Amino acid sequence: MKVLVTVKRVIDPYVKVRVKSDGSGVETANIKMTMNPFCEIAVEQAIRMKEAGVVSEIVVVSIGVQQCQETLRTAMAMGADRGILVETAGEVQPLAVAKVLKAIVDKESPKLVIMGKQAIDDDCNQSGQMLAALLGWPQSAFTSAIAVNGDAADVTREIDGGLEKLSIKLPAVVTADLRLNEPRYVTLPNIMKAKKKPLEVIKPEALGVDIAPRLVTLKVQEPPKRGSGVKVADVKELMAKLKTEAKVI
Amino acid sequence: MAILVIAEHDNKQLKPGVTNTITAAVAMGGDITVLIAGHQCADAAKAAAAVAGVAKVLLCDADHYAGAGAENLAALVLGIADKYSHIVAPATSFGKNFMPRVAAALDVQQISEISAVEAPDTFVRPIYAGNVLATVQSKDKIKVVTVRATGFDPAGEGAAAPVENLAPVADAGLSTFKGRELSKSDRPELTAARIIVSGGRGMGSAENFKILEALADKLGAAVGASRAAVDSGFVPNDYQVGQTGKIVAPDLYIAVGISGAIQHLAGMKDSKVIVAINKDPEAPIFSVADYWLVEDLFKAVPELTAAL
Repeated sequence: MKVLVTVKRVIDPYVKVRVKSDGSGVETANIKMTMNPFCEIAVEQAIRMKEAGVVSEIVVVSIGVQQCQETLRTAMAMGADRGILVETAGEVQPLAVAKVLKAIVDKESPKLVIMGKQAIDDDCNQSGQMLAALLGWPQSAFTSAIAVNGDAADVTREIDGGLEKLSIKLPAVVTADLRLNEPRYVTLPNIMKAKKKPLEVIKPEALGVDIAPRLVTLKVQEPPKRGSGVKVADVKELMAKLKTEAKVI
Repeated sequence: MAILVIAEHDNKQLKPGVTNTITAAVAMGGDITVLIAGHQCADAAKAAAAVAGVAKVLLCDADHYAGAGAENLAALVLGIADKYSHIVAPATSFGKNFMPRVAAALDVQQISEISAVEAPDTFVRPIYAGNVLATVQSKDKIKVVTVRATGFDPAGEGAAAPVENLAPVADAGLSTFKGRELSKSDRPELTAARIIVSGGRGMGSAENFKILEALADKLGAAVGASRAAVDSGFVPNDYQVGQTGKIVAPDLYIAVGISGAIQHLAGMKDSKVIVAINKDPEAPIFSVADYWLVEDLFKAVPELTAAL
């Protein structure tokens, strides 16, 4: 079966994010960018399913600026077969992402869409569930295990306090949580091979999708700093502070 | 204006975070209706009716709402959505699962995990793992909002509101609930605990977590962990405090052997009092701690337990 996987280009999670001095957004100029870690897990999952003979073709999609081609090449170096970039200039919010992806799904007819559970930049945690709703498909959000079983998939989801097991009909949308797998590293020969894999670039207008943002960001700021703390010499002093100063025990 | 709050519950009681979500709804302004959907959940509806600020409770009882599956729950909410200006749910694994389906079907851009309400259409939400706060304004007709519980105080008790029955929507048949494996513990839940004792990579092993558990039991505290401790296999995943785990804000958070990676700090830095115990004097956790102790945890923790 054919699988569609999505990847988002984000600021590297190990980079300290800085707010622009005018409060309009965060600094992205000359900052290291990378594939969203949850998207990496999604790509890895598709590849493992292909290696297991469950999946025949992996199409990887990204939405964003021209440089997202690099993110797609990374996914192809990991093992995806071909890429599609829906090239946009401005901000694309989750509802618009879901609409663009629906248009791609309508064209490509995959039996399964695997996405990251959330992007680590806007932390929205919406696109996968929204895509499933627009398609009228079942979903498995925050997935930590998936086994395809004919026209259904047995999935395990991470929920507060434990795990949940579902059987969902295919086609479906699955979003990857941290423990679904550990993504592989790309090797140099595979990076070279990925350069020859097909990568199609299309515009959202060609898909007939309106991607105008619905939320207006009025300002961004750094959270209030905590007051500077006190170093205590030993457990005795700590106990005294907690009892008489902080009054929490 | 009318606000619909979709409550998470265990059929008997409201889950932690629901009353905080109701406080957020009160701040948006308008009559608040709480929806309780589940199977044999009349007690939960009664609990919701007793929360201050709630004008009405809708009770929808059917087999296919037992697992709170996203497909059926979203369809139920969509059936009544046009009566409301705001549709609100806690930003827990419950709310995060079905709310985007509601938003997409209404052609609305959801506002995720708000930590403050500035105006009925304007909200503050953390982005970049809580390292940045964004103030956003929604232009959509209906606001679909999930609420980060730690940003709001829990609502108290009020006069009992009326409970009305709501007819179920037919099962979509897309997804079958197979069961849950919940970790069993006598300790309080992480997101509801007044005190949390958390361990990091410095704990060294699953066995060593026992000294933290002893401390937690003396304090009546929940036990948490950093992602490093979870990834090292010391404790199960649902112990994890951080951006990719649970967001907590207890009265007292004791971080033991935790260096303080950004993603962990994002999950606990709103705690009222933070104590850090670490033998590394350069540990970043000290930058957010109110009290810090540079000492070997295997000496300090048993000493602390004994002193209580």
